[in-house]
Amino acid sequence: MIDLRAAALIAVCAGVTMLLRFLPFMIFGGKKEIPGYITYLSGVLPYAIMGMLVVYCLKNVNLFAGNHGIPELLASAVVVGLHVWKRNTLLSIAAGTVFYMFLVQTVF
Amino acid sequence: MAVQTVCTNEMIDLRERDGDEQEQFRDNNIDGRTDMTVRYAWKQSIPVMAGYIVLGMGFGMLLGAKGYGVFWAIAMSVFIYAGSMQYVAIDLITGGASLISAALMTLMVNARHLFYGISMVERYKDTKPYKPYLIFALTDETYSLVCSGDVPDGVEEKKYFFLVSLFNQFYWVLGSVMGSVLGSVLNINTDGIDFSMTALFLVVFTEQWRSTRDHRSAIAGVAASVICLLVFGPSAFLIPSMISITVILTAMRGKRKDYR
Repeated sequence: MIDLRAAALIAVCAGVTMLLRFLPFMIFGGKKEIPGYITYLSGVLPYAIMGMLVVYCLKNVNLFAGNHGIPELLASAVVVGLHVWKRNTLLSIAAGTVFYMFLVQTVF
Repeated sequence: MAVQTVCTNEMIDLRERDGDEQEQFRDNNIDGRTDMTVRYAWKQSIPVMAGYIVLGMGFGMLLGAKGYGVFWAIAMSVFIYAGSMQYVAIDLITGGASLISAALMTLMVNARHLFYGISMVERYKDTKPYKPYLIFALTDETYSLVCSGDVPDGVEEKKYFFLVSLFNQFYWVLGSVMGSVLGSVLNINTDGIDFSMTALFLVVFTEQWRSTRDHRSAIAGVAASVICLLVFGPSAFLIPSMISITVILTAMRGKRKDYR
């Protein structure tokens, strides 16, 4: 039995992603002027959205109960610190994730 | 690796350093243009290979840990084919998101693709019959490979674009499958593997932070999201966040004409 709800969600994500990729070619392929607002927004939005996604990932952290978000805080510090130091995307992600898994499985 | 990739001088330098090997390509031109194009595309795509296989594996493992096996991993990597969005999509699927919030989320997370498309309209103008696939497969990493520099003599440009796009997607699908299969075979304790998504976004956020001196957009994004989280709670804060971010950024543009 196929999970139809999951399939529909995947179709929506795929459809919207495709729309975003094809739209500029469909609209501006014929040398139409690109509105400044659109260029501006697609330039600055990524910075804000990545910040939102970080908050989104940590949305269920409760500072006042359970482990008080200490594993998340420590692992996030490892990721950012390591990335500023070594600037190796894969290393930062792998080390941070393994460290977090270690913390939640054995320490907390 | 949805790292915000801009055509930097560094990348152009890299291409120039390839000059000697391009000479070799010219000298060895006995196998014909197609063979040379394949080899050149392969060589250029190698840096993406490691990244896509590892990140794809993380995606496949996380998806498998949530109960969606290799069939789902392949379907998502073939049809969505957008790294960070696929990580978010796992959350949408398991978290019971509505179709509308999934559409809005995709719109915001992938809005940067509009920017890629706009800057590739010229370059991809005469690329029939590959054009539809080239546009479909224009990820952050593929964009970073095709957006700058000219291909060496003897390499067919549009075939090169096509092969680089295809190789990259192949690595991504391969990584997803490997992660999905390994995760189910190894039977490791996957508690906490969700953090790979947090780590990915933290890395991209850090990378973006360091790429510009203007941090207003990043700060606005975090601040608006935290406030909305406190006001609306974890299950309902995303849409208010996206709306307020758009409003704030629009207001910022209206105020400062130099910020474009």
